[in-house]
Amino acid sequence: MAKLPGATHVSSRFYRIALVASLLVSLVLPFVVPVYYVQFLSKAMLMGILALALNLVVGYGGLVSLCHAAFFGLAGYVLALTSPASGGASIFITLPLAMIVVAAVAAVIGALSLRTRGIYFIMATLAFGEMLFYLFHDTKIGGGSDGIYIYYEPEAVIAGFRLVDLGNKTHFYFVSLGALFLTLLFLKGLVGSPFGHALAAARDNERRALSLGFPVFGLRLAAFVISAVIAAVAGYLSAAQFGFVAPQMLGWHLSATVLVMVVLGGLSSLVGPLVGAIALMGLEEVLKSLFDNWKLVKGLIIIALVFLLPGGLQQLGALVMPERGEAPDTTGEAVEEKAHG
Amino acid sequence: MNAATFAVQLLNGVQYGLVLFLVASGLSLVFGILGVINLAHGAFYMLGAYLAYWLSAYTGNFLVALIGGTAIAFVIGLVLEEVFVKRMIGRDHLAQVLLSFGFILVIDESRQILFGKDVHSVPPPDWLKGSIQLTELLSYPIYRLALCVFCLIVAAIIFFVIQKTRLGMIIRAGAENRDMTRALGISFDRLNRYVFAGGIALAALGGILVAPVSTVFPGMGDGMLILSFVVVVLGGIGSVAGAAIGALLIGLTDTFGKVFFPQVSSILIYVLMAGILLWRPNGLLGKQGH
Repeated sequence: MAKLPGATHVSSRFYRIALVASLLVSLVLPFVVPVYYVQFLSKAMLMGILALALNLVVGYGGLVSLCHAAFFGLAGYVLALTSPASGGASIFITLPLAMIVVAAVAAVIGALSLRTRGIYFIMATLAFGEMLFYLFHDTKIGGGSDGIYIYYEPEAVIAGFRLVDLGNKTHFYFVSLGALFLTLLFLKGLVGSPFGHALAAARDNERRALSLGFPVFGLRLAAFVISAVIAAVAGYLSAAQFGFVAPQMLGWHLSATVLVMVVLGGLSSLVGPLVGAIALMGLEEVLKSLFDNWKLVKGLIIIALVFLLPGGLQQLGALVMPERGEAPDTTGEAVEEKAHG
Repeated sequence: MNAATFAVQLLNGVQYGLVLFLVASGLSLVFGILGVINLAHGAFYMLGAYLAYWLSAYTGNFLVALIGGTAIAFVIGLVLEEVFVKRMIGRDHLAQVLLSFGFILVIDESRQILFGKDVHSVPPPDWLKGSIQLTELLSYPIYRLALCVFCLIVAAIIFFVIQKTRLGMIIRAGAENRDMTRALGISFDRLNRYVFAGGIALAALGGILVAPVSTVFPGMGDGMLILSFVVVVLGGIGSVAGAAIGALLIGLTDTFGKVFFPQVSSILIYVLMAGILLWRPNGLLGKQGH
């Protein structure tokens, strides 16, 4: 049974210390590591945002979506197609535009896919996601299968004053960090709100939620669209970072990889998917440097993950330091035994 | 468009739909009986095509490739079911999605190691080479006709097994209500293994059969996987008849879409799917009201 939102194996004090420490490290890191790793960390944080977005639907909504890469990539294409040939587009116009376009597309795809359940939902989201992939792959929109360059990164200028320079790797790092932080704050508020609780209730027992009068379809559709819009922010920034978008950005292999990140980090906690994203991307870097056929190893690791660590890395943490964790299962049983005995 | 061109396009659409039916019915049966979602189905289609290329280049005989490739896929299916998929039954769909995604990566890289990433073509068997002259300008390859006939034979065998045999009765009952069938004393362990291996073999068979009429390339499995999913969404999970209707609908929509609306042809099948989802969310022949 899935655990309630916010519940973790790790005690809340340890959790807080870890949070503050990682925040401090993330503020200092870009000044001490080489540029390559600053870029890599920005990329990992954007993937983290995408994984956090997906987990709203998968972890809290109980819906396995395989089209989130399509939302991610679509936002990148919105930036690419609205960027003028000379000079950068304004981030204050193109980012909201990308979010609106993705929200509209997600509302249609979500409304159609949510008519189905379980395996059908997975297949329907996969098919609609691939529809967007083929839209950019097979037609001339955005350079067809070759993709399209964004020659000038978007500008963040208010009244002639440049807030940040997105072409600067360190500036970009902090923009990504800011976006990540805002995403975490927003999601924390959302899953703790009545909306988040109702969404989790619908996941745990749909019939009961329906009979209590919750608009389950509306809740799920809202979660789906919100999650898609957050994915759009990640996709927009990702396109801005590399100055290039290609149909592969929308392909379902990316959606599946992000699902691996979510499961690796653990579905039941807010920050889990972020941890999963950083862990998987770090792992990929190591595998790429060690093996020519690194994808084979990645595949084997994913298969092993399914069987050995179905609860993700959190489970590993609980195995390594059981005395630190609250070990909720055993204590729960003990309490129950006392109560009955 | 005159009658002869129309007939050629109709044949192309039906032939496409028949191959799609072989692949998608395998996928649908695995869903229906095991309750397991297999994203690696397209990878086995791709693997079948590469096996066809390898075996026919090695032996010079397409029939050997046809039988050998299908048999290899069947054995791989048996092994995968025994080692991995068996443990997936009853686990959530997310775990099944991840497992089969892992399969895809392993199969893709294995193909890379064994066969490389080159694009290949496979010659049809000598006795099926050549074309039939329809009009002065139009001709139709004999292999494509033979492909239609062969697919129809396989489809007839599938329908016979499903509708007329005891095994088929169990399969239909299992797809309808697995728990009730088990309660009646039917053991699913062996059935699961053969259905999974059979499904994989059908995917590979589809890949082998199209190898002589299209090119063999690494990404061919992905497109087939998505189309098979659309077929299953259209037809309904576990319904072979639904898969047949869905596959022919897609085959004809895609072929005639390319003729009449070349600009939007790649989107048409998804519009079709959206329409069916609005009308019957569980597919044309799927169980409704769940």
